[in-house]
Amino acid sequence: MLEVRGLTKSYGALRASDGIEFDVREGETHAVIGPNGAGKTTFISQLAGDLRPDAGRIVFAGEDVTQLRAPRRARKGLARSFQITSVYNEFSALDNVALAVQARAGHSFRFWRDARQDAALREPARRLLDQLGLGARADVLAANLSHGEHRQLEVAMALALEPRLLLLDEPMAGMGVEESQRMIGFLGTLKGRYSIVLVEHDMDAVFRLADRISVLVYGRVIATGAPEAIRASPQVRAAYLGEEA
Amino acid sequence: MTWSLVFEQLLNGLQYGVMLFLMAAGLTLVLGIMNLVNLAHGSLYMVGAYLAVAGMEATGSYAAGVALGFAGTLVVGMVMELLALRPLYGRDHLDQVLVTFGLILFFNELIAILWGRGSLYTSLPAWLQGYVELFTGSRYPVYRLVVLAVGLVVALLLWYVVTRTRLGMLIRAGATNRTMVAALGINIRLLYTVVFGFGAALAGLAGLMAGPMYAVQPGMGELILIQVFVVIVIGGIGSIRGALVGAVIVGVVDTLGRAFLRPLLATVISAPAAEAAGPALASMLIYLLMAVVLSVKPAGLFQSR
Amino acid sequence: MTRGALFWLVVAIALAALPPIAGALGQPFYIDLVRRMMILAIAATSLNLILGYGGMVSFGHAAYLGLGAYAVGILGVYGVTSGWAQWPVAIGACALAAAAIGAVSIRTSGIYFIMITLAFAQMLYYLGISLEVFGGDDGMRLKSRSTFSGLLDLGNAVSFYYLCLALMLVAIYVTYRIVNSRFGMVLRATKSNEARSRAIGFSPYRYRLTAFVIAGAMCGLAGALYANHTNYITPGLASWVQSGDLMFMVILGGMASTAGPMLGAFALLIAEEILKGWTEHWQVILGPLLVLSVIFFKRGLAGIFHA
Repeated sequence: MLEVRGLTKSYGALRASDGIEFDVREGETHAVIGPNGAGKTTFISQLAGDLRPDAGRIVFAGEDVTQLRAPRRARKGLARSFQITSVYNEFSALDNVALAVQARAGHSFRFWRDARQDAALREPARRLLDQLGLGARADVLAANLSHGEHRQLEVAMALALEPRLLLLDEPMAGMGVEESQRMIGFLGTLKGRYSIVLVEHDMDAVFRLADRISVLVYGRVIATGAPEAIRASPQVRAAYLGEEA
Repeated sequence: MTWSLVFEQLLNGLQYGVMLFLMAAGLTLVLGIMNLVNLAHGSLYMVGAYLAVAGMEATGSYAAGVALGFAGTLVVGMVMELLALRPLYGRDHLDQVLVTFGLILFFNELIAILWGRGSLYTSLPAWLQGYVELFTGSRYPVYRLVVLAVGLVVALLLWYVVTRTRLGMLIRAGATNRTMVAALGINIRLLYTVVFGFGAALAGLAGLMAGPMYAVQPGMGELILIQVFVVIVIGGIGSIRGALVGAVIVGVVDTLGRAFLRPLLATVISAPAAEAAGPALASMLIYLLMAVVLSVKPAGLFQSR
Repeated sequence: MTRGALFWLVVAIALAALPPIAGALGQPFYIDLVRRMMILAIAATSLNLILGYGGMVSFGHAAYLGLGAYAVGILGVYGVTSGWAQWPVAIGACALAAAAIGAVSIRTSGIYFIMITLAFAQMLYYLGISLEVFGGDDGMRLKSRSTFSGLLDLGNAVSFYYLCLALMLVAIYVTYRIVNSRFGMVLRATKSNEARSRAIGFSPYRYRLTAFVIAGAMCGLAGALYANHTNYITPGLASWVQSGDLMFMVILGGMASTAGPMLGAFALLIAEEILKGWTEHWQVILGPLLVLSVIFFKRGLAGIFHA
């Protein structure tokens, strides 16, 4: 589903991405872990299309998307959620997801009908909110949602795009224990139905959800493999000294 | 259309470009470092012109007029910054545009109350009047050459300050990353006031030099200000080098266009058509140029960020 | 009946009642004044679409006011006085100009966008000044007002007033529909959070450009009306001062609200009329008033009515 070859991005003397080799098979959940500063955000941004790599290729569903920018990749089925919540604060949770549904539905050059009365947008949006457990909060302004609800909204909007590949950037960031457990449970229901790139610090989530794990340190992938192999790897342990592993 | 005429117009273009540079340098720094859109920059130009005239009338001395124009504008600028602009730092550009627009209305009307709406006459001392003979054989006003020289000296001084002094280093750093400069513990307030004062003084200088050449009347600042915007857009926000390059380009293109477009057109189309189209096209020339530059480099020729 | 609908009903009735009342009181001046306010309300409504809802700080919107007026005036000079021909040309010319200007400007953002839109408007202003054959700096009288096959006489102050009232209400309603449609939602979403919009697959440029063109065209209609209102066209209509006035109307009235532009236009013009009555140097008072209103009074008048 996704193939990344030799992805390189430098900021002056700093190599944020140093020849990254990475791939995701269809239906696979491939987690990316690494210490802070490893370049995970830069990596995700390049996958999503917000950053142009200096070198390398990104092939998505057989198509070279390296030169395409974020909106076009999203339309091709590559959906992302943001690490730092980025939603439409002045709109309700339902409006937020409905907008994502609308983006999926093709062009938006319709100028007359009230979009908020459009069942083709509102129904799927409501269903997604229910799935994420946000059904009761549909009409609350996004700005007034709790942090955990924001993270759920991020995932809901990504799903609304009916994507083939999900880029989830720390979906559980800042969530409490109970919320995290619910989110892990939910993400578990997505396994197999979507190809997922999961960037996370929460090791519990990573080991429960991932089919494969890649470890990113100083912009390089130092190990890729099944969870048990990664857990046992001395290299990874060394790189992760001080982190839970 | 002789070569000496072309050269003369080229000199005019350079001289106008130098005036644009004086305005643009201050404005681009304020935009780049303080992220402040200050439409009232043109008002400072106007204040410089009027104070110079007032000074000369009051004392009879040209030097006194120049001093009053320069120093007076610096003071007015700093007061403006303190009272009206400080609340605007960090607010969105729309607010800044609206507030400084209100300031323009205020200043224009204030000037009209004090000096009336008509043009003021400025006189030059004897040593600045008169002509100089160019190598082409034609005569060129001494004053315009002096203006050109002053502008070049200022450009050199600015280059020195910006590239060779600590203050200049702070300015360049601020233009590329203002949060970082603040985080380094530099007194940002003071830096802002200094930068703004710089810009105001330069605008005042441009204004007082403009007096004898262009009309001194309420609203004169806005006419040049919009061309200064074109200069900054072409040159790139925050870049003094860009301001210089942009100013020279705009000054020369505008002047040569106004002088020669109509006769040039008349060689290919009929004279009456050229008579109508020439000035119209000439007035649009620098904006078309801006559009062309933008389509290739959306952030100007010398992007500082 | 909802609060909003009641508000508009009251507004429509009040404005419709003005001409007979003014006539009875022997003050026809007010018909002219309010007519001018309604025409500028149309222009402000068009600007609100891109500024209030779209977040695009266009400082050159008055260019379309001028262009629309000149379209009417210039066609009149060449013998085309029928409104059926003039007004579509005015609207079309403005749409084209907005497409051209927008195509270049909308690639930029922030300070650049403000300066560029201002510069292009100024370009049109200078173009108007340089056209000596159409009066240059001084402008010119219309050869005649737009005619509509005898259906409507724009020379009749009251009929023209009702036409402007109708058109203003239509413009406001059309904008309301656009803003709540799928297109409008994308526009507003892009203003709210551009990164998020791109991440879900919206390319901001095409929607912004479309909104820009619609706004320009609507303002062109206001321009055509304005030319008929004053029976005179002048390049000053496209000046940056006029653009600034339009922006103030949008802000004062309350950005991103349906009634805001109309309220703002009315408020600003009423304030001007009152100040003009006090002193010829009214701008020295209006300037600081505007400054203070921006610094302290952000939500605008529409916030009071929740309209």
